[in-house]
Amino acid sequence: MSTTLVSLVSMGGLAAVFAFGLAVASKVFHVETDPRVDEIFEVLPGVNCGACGFAGCSAFAEGVATGEAPVNGCPVGGASVAKMVAAIMGVESDGPNRQVAQVLCKGGLAEAKQRGDYDGPRDCRIAHATQGGDKACSYGCLGYGSCVAACQFDAMYMDENGLPVVIEENCTACGKCVDACPRDIIMLVDEEQGVHIRCRSLLTGRFVRQVCSVGCIACQRCVKVCPTEAIYMQDNLARINYDKCTNCQACVEVCPMNTIEWQEGKGLLDKAAVS
Amino acid sequence: MTLFTILLSALLVNNFVLVRFLGICPFMGVSKDVDSAIGMGLATTFVMVVAAAVTWLIQWFILEPLGLPFLQTLSFILVIAAMVQLVEMFLHKTSPALYRAMGIFLPLITTNCAILGFAIMGVQNSYSFIENVVFGLGAGLGFTLALVLMAGIREDLRFADIPKPLRGVGIAFIIAGLLSLAFGGFAGLV
Repeated sequence: MSTTLVSLVSMGGLAAVFAFGLAVASKVFHVETDPRVDEIFEVLPGVNCGACGFAGCSAFAEGVATGEAPVNGCPVGGASVAKMVAAIMGVESDGPNRQVAQVLCKGGLAEAKQRGDYDGPRDCRIAHATQGGDKACSYGCLGYGSCVAACQFDAMYMDENGLPVVIEENCTACGKCVDACPRDIIMLVDEEQGVHIRCRSLLTGRFVRQVCSVGCIACQRCVKVCPTEAIYMQDNLARINYDKCTNCQACVEVCPMNTIEWQEGKGLLDKAAVS
Repeated sequence: MTLFTILLSALLVNNFVLVRFLGICPFMGVSKDVDSAIGMGLATTFVMVVAAAVTWLIQWFILEPLGLPFLQTLSFILVIAAMVQLVEMFLHKTSPALYRAMGIFLPLITTNCAILGFAIMGVQNSYSFIENVVFGLGAGLGFTLALVLMAGIREDLRFADIPKPLRGVGIAFIIAGLLSLAFGGFAGLV
């Protein structure tokens, strides 16, 4: 019994001495680290699974702070953690603005003509590679939701009109949907930009009218009305130069097909310095 | 045994890495370039020297008088772990580059069996306090020597035409074996 007691006391005493020494040393050798590292570490799941490719959560937090790891690199935490990490890193504010995905097609089930029934697998890439889906427009959205399936952040859904919708608050601009879309309809755009030409068709106006009620017919009205020359015409499609667009919405009003869309809630931009 | 023979013995004749085969993990892990090898070696040396002093005091002033020699391993690991923590904090403060270069191997000094091994051997050899510290110094410098030799060779190996299956760790182990054979030549020096 006495041996047990002596062991406990002696080892406990040693441990206490070392603990005290280390506590003092941690004050003396305290290093001012990037406070974001600790903040990020706090919001991570803390399971040290290593699925991010770093040696545990603290290494990942350091990686994010130094820019080696993406803010959405934690697969366990998912969208919620990615959002918190992004907030800590100030991804919205520092450097270029946060980007969000924009779907550049308005031709849903109601607007785009069908040219037949498609019975193949409900996957845009397969449909595109085989029959090109059931829509008559060969440039528009196929509507099978491969982009939504690719999104890991619950930032997209298919609306009842058969078009993908981006929930901009959740979008991390990871680019998965951009890669998933076989028709290059999705694009990452600065989140402040509110005017979008939602069409990718290179057909001339006549043929666009035959397949879709909201496609760009290359009438050039938007090009003429744009005060900052942000819109230009190329291959029968009006295109927007986001570097110049000030969100003035002049083009939105003149577009006869309602192809150009204004997203409510975005403000005017001062681009005087850019042009 | 004079102090010099103890030092020489720990450094060359009974080199902990190449003759006793202790501490192989950092030997393989941190021997890719000379700078971090030197850093790792010196950090380990520091831990060994301090641990030599503290473990000696614990062994002869706490464990032996209290009749607790069976707690040797436990208490020595406690000492080593605390020392490694100290070194880690110190390095983080003074040399962040080295701290990053050593990465995970720095906390792993704790589990470097060369350190626990030398501490226990020092007790077995019934060294005096000074002898034990010199023994720790020799062991640490020997570890550093092995690491730096290995790192130097591996740096040159980058430009060598190595058969594909042997690239990386494979050739490193072969070189470690050759180095070990070479160190065998010191046998009988002391």
